[in-house]
Amino acid sequence: MRLVILDDYELASEWAAKYIRNRIVEFKPSADRYFTLGLPTGSTPYGCYQKLIEFHRSGDLSFKYVKTFNMDEYVGLPRVHPESYHSYMWNNFFKHIDIDPANAHILDGNAENLEAECNAYEQKIAAAGGIELFVGGIGPDGHIAFNEPGSSLVSRTRVKTLAKDTIVANARFFGNDLSKVPTMALTVGVGTVMDAKEVMILITGAHKAFALYKAIEEGVNHMWTVSAFQQHPHTIFVCDEDATLELRVKTVKYFKGLMHVHNRLVDPVLSIKDQ
Amino acid sequence: MPSNKSVSDAPIIQFTDCRILREHKLQREDLWVRDGKILDPEKLFFDEQGYADCRLDCGGAIVAPGFIDVQINGGYGVDFSQPCEDVSAGVSLVAKKILEHGVTSFCPTLVTSPPAVYHQVLPQINVHNGGPDGAGVLGFHLEGPFISSEKRGAHPERFLRTFRSGGSDDLMETYGSLDNVAMVTLAPELPHSQSVVSTLRQKGVTVSLGHSVANLSQAEDAVRHGASFITHLFNAMLPFHHRDPGIVGLLTSDQIPAGRTVFYGMIADGIHTNPAALRIAHRAHPSGLVLVTDAITAMGLPPGRHTLGQQVVQIQGLHAYVAGTKTLSGSIATMDMCVRHFKQAAGCSVEDALEAAALHPARLLGISHRKGSLHYGADADLVLLDDGLRVRTTYISGEEVWRAEL
Repeated sequence: MRLVILDDYELASEWAAKYIRNRIVEFKPSADRYFTLGLPTGSTPYGCYQKLIEFHRSGDLSFKYVKTFNMDEYVGLPRVHPESYHSYMWNNFFKHIDIDPANAHILDGNAENLEAECNAYEQKIAAAGGIELFVGGIGPDGHIAFNEPGSSLVSRTRVKTLAKDTIVANARFFGNDLSKVPTMALTVGVGTVMDAKEVMILITGAHKAFALYKAIEEGVNHMWTVSAFQQHPHTIFVCDEDATLELRVKTVKYFKGLMHVHNRLVDPVLSIKDQ
Repeated sequence: MPSNKSVSDAPIIQFTDCRILREHKLQREDLWVRDGKILDPEKLFFDEQGYADCRLDCGGAIVAPGFIDVQINGGYGVDFSQPCEDVSAGVSLVAKKILEHGVTSFCPTLVTSPPAVYHQVLPQINVHNGGPDGAGVLGFHLEGPFISSEKRGAHPERFLRTFRSGGSDDLMETYGSLDNVAMVTLAPELPHSQSVVSTLRQKGVTVSLGHSVANLSQAEDAVRHGASFITHLFNAMLPFHHRDPGIVGLLTSDQIPAGRTVFYGMIADGIHTNPAALRIAHRAHPSGLVLVTDAITAMGLPPGRHTLGQQVVQIQGLHAYVAGTKTLSGSIATMDMCVRHFKQAAGCSVEDALEAAALHPARLLGISHRKGSLHYGADADLVLLDDGLRVRTTYISGEEVWRAEL
């Protein structure tokens, strides 16, 4: 894996956004060959989305030939609810960029047949040629998407019941009322994300530090599902200093020492204006 | 990008780089319009996988709901109360000109007139939506003749009337028809007015109190029967008195039925009301304030003598008097001038000033589901303003109907 450590949240968000930008621009997507991007929600990637919007507004990045697949969505929450992941993606990303609405895919948590919806989603990903880069986050319990502790590490898109930890963590978006937080979600599986050509996990904040430690310094374990990516050929973890607080000094020093190598991935930063 | 037609073939316009008035705040958001109505872009994106057909760069302008003037007697030489063969030509002329002031809907107002005038004029103008030819007509505002003689102001005394026992009979006898009438101003102290107020309410006509010497309890009684507006607060009514606040007391009355609001018109031209009085009213009851022009024939015309109803008026600067007296006969300020003056005199926010000219009159007339606001589904009647609240462009049903020269 690459472990990219930046000083703070802003710098981590910027690094991640630049990486995504370079990957898309370098790929030279076209009508015949779309760039497929997997996307997360939550407070961690918010800064990254802001930066990507900036890049789009300055004319350096276009999403015209990008197809996106979000990781998850609550079950039973009306799509227009301000906390639905559809609302999040519209307000924080889609409405500011030039993506074709037909290419923005999010699981429908209000589908009549949830299982069919999940299977169809897997097929859509396959039809799009698989995911080129899957961006994700990590929960305090080490989950990727809503693959809660105990999820199979080869799982596919399916319905999951949320763990208590996750419900508590999300309560802040529902007026701190636990009873208002949805209890189920549709989520891509660990296996679904593992199928991507490349995986980038964003981890910021001290409250995620223990999960990061479990994910990269301990073994592959279905109790900390992000650990599955130890077995992926191309994983990048982008984090800030605070997220490394539970790691060994040796690990942090080693990867910090590699920053000059990592930074070559984002410097120079590419632009469609130069194409 | 491939074609996005799904729910409707109509072109989708996206207003960008603007600050829109939504949920009582100016917000940096794009405004989407289709089929003459405000469109929900999120629904468009997810349900229809649709996107804009054309983008309009607003250059940082404020986008507000088009202004609604519920009291305007004429302008540009046209007097709505003057009987003539082609009333609609006069209404159309004014309707077209007021687009320049950001007004997208209005109530042509008739002052106290003889029944013959009402019978001739009322049937000639139907309620209709606006467009490139002019602002929409929401219905007539009939100010009089059932008003107080003592507080008639510029209204001709010989045409004033009272309610005989039937009440409603007098209404129909005087006006002929209420089909295209949005509002009636009357004096509630007139005997038998209560049943008239109820009748008008039942017919969907807004009842306003004005040109009256009513005390507070008579006014409250009228509100209980359905009255919901005060015509040009402070003018043509008893002044506020601390032991009987009169009609002015409605602003803070505790006798208003639950769930109902009493609105009040203010002519914020700097002449009809002292700024301190304006502030007292605004601070006492900000959500009820409705900006009106009460504009007369001479609005838009040069100084001199002009006709209003059955009377003659004299224009001097921004003042309009009954010729030969010091009685104000109406205002010649335009709606956008009133919005600017109100904001400056009341020291209120831009949002408050804009809502007093659009949202509040829409609520008064019970049409706020489609006018006076930029919520999804509302009519796309818009006014684009610069930071000084000067009108740059006016739209009706999403179509540009007036643009200021640079």
